[in-house]
Amino acid sequence: MEMGWRWDFAYEILPQMLVATFNTIVAAGVGYVIALVVGLLFLLGQRTPSKIINIINREIVEFIRSTPLLIQLFFVYFVLPQFGITLSAWVCGMITIGLHFGTYLSEVYRGALEGVSKAQWEACRALNFSTIYTYRRIVLPQAFPIAIPGMGNYLVGIFKDTPLLSTIGVAELFHAATAVGGYHYRYLEPYTMVGVIFLILSIPAAMGIRKLEKKVNLAQGKIKN
Amino acid sequence: MGYIEFLSEHGATLLLGTVMTLKVLACSIILYVIISMIFGLMRLSNNPIIQGTATVYIEFFRGTSLLVQLFWVYYVLPFFGISLEAFTAGVVALGLNFGAYGAEIVRGGILAVPKGQWEAAFSLNFSPVKRMKNIIIPQIFPIILPPAANLTVELLKATALVALVTVVDLTFEARQINSITWLSVQCFGTALLIYYFISRFILVPFLRWLEVLASRKIGKGGI
Repeated sequence: MEMGWRWDFAYEILPQMLVATFNTIVAAGVGYVIALVVGLLFLLGQRTPSKIINIINREIVEFIRSTPLLIQLFFVYFVLPQFGITLSAWVCGMITIGLHFGTYLSEVYRGALEGVSKAQWEACRALNFSTIYTYRRIVLPQAFPIAIPGMGNYLVGIFKDTPLLSTIGVAELFHAATAVGGYHYRYLEPYTMVGVIFLILSIPAAMGIRKLEKKVNLAQGKIKN
Repeated sequence: MGYIEFLSEHGATLLLGTVMTLKVLACSIILYVIISMIFGLMRLSNNPIIQGTATVYIEFFRGTSLLVQLFWVYYVLPFFGISLEAFTAGVVALGLNFGAYGAEIVRGGILAVPKGQWEAAFSLNFSPVKRMKNIIIPQIFPIILPPAANLTVELLKATALVALVTVVDLTFEARQINSITWLSVQCFGTALLIYYFISRFILVPFLRWLEVLASRKIGKGGI
């Protein structure tokens, strides 16, 4: 077997890899949307007046955050069928990623809400605004910009964790690379290409987020131009 | 089969896996701390070549997925004549990946040391090495330890990935037992609980203790 890098082989597998890249992007996107919603649910659990719900919510979040995503994937994938719920690898993967990153996003939301100064709430109370109106017109418009950088970081985070989905058989980029590598018994090109594709996609994203962060801080008057 | 029976039959295996997970964790913590320190300092160098090297390293390892790096180290490096054992490959990949994140934390910590400290060291005519070693570095620990603690918990979770390059750790054993017995709830449930236990009752308290120690040492916060 030839040892060095083979361009012809790389070209040959490129179409396959690009199709799989599309799958990876879809997986990251869907997982992210689920995580955004789950994060809101955890946030609600945290902010309800009931102490018991607060504590249960916190423990669940703590548990999910301190255990590996990989085992959570296996757990969902292998355990649900035992209770008669058979889901495809795709659905299992999306649910697990959504739950896992939802706990992180709930922290982002919480930080953003706490970033709005208390005086804003007091002013709204003094003006006799309803709670819903206060959230909709005063608090959320101010909290959202604070949350943007954190939310962006976790989008990139999810994107970088999608290769884990290959372990339960989701046909994303890494899965394709392993399959191609196994078929031709050449892992050099497929795995290197996966790395390059990840770099091409995630470095501009990270740079964009950094720029956004600066813009937000500037608009908030935290740093001077 | 009841849970007690399951534990008596497979508990020892899972425990062996846990020991391996802890070994991987300990080795990769040591490696990533060293790498973070070196590259964090390099990132602040005035020499564009040194700084550029550090930037490329950090962006590369933060930009690609850990699993890809792990497989690359284990399956692709042999193409270049470097064959690493699974354990070594796992530790190296984890150390390099988390070292990149850690370097950014170290850089932030150094920059966060108040400017007066730099100026004071400068006006006392300390050499750059002495200034770093005796004045700046001792002060960064209270600043970098909280984010480093988060990163270390992430590292514990990431050690699960080394199972995929055949390191016989907790995840590997849980998968193995699952494929023999198909008692998925017990296998993966126990593994999840063990990870949770290590993180919540061993790793996090230890890191909190370090934080207290560090702030005490430079005379902040309590006795």
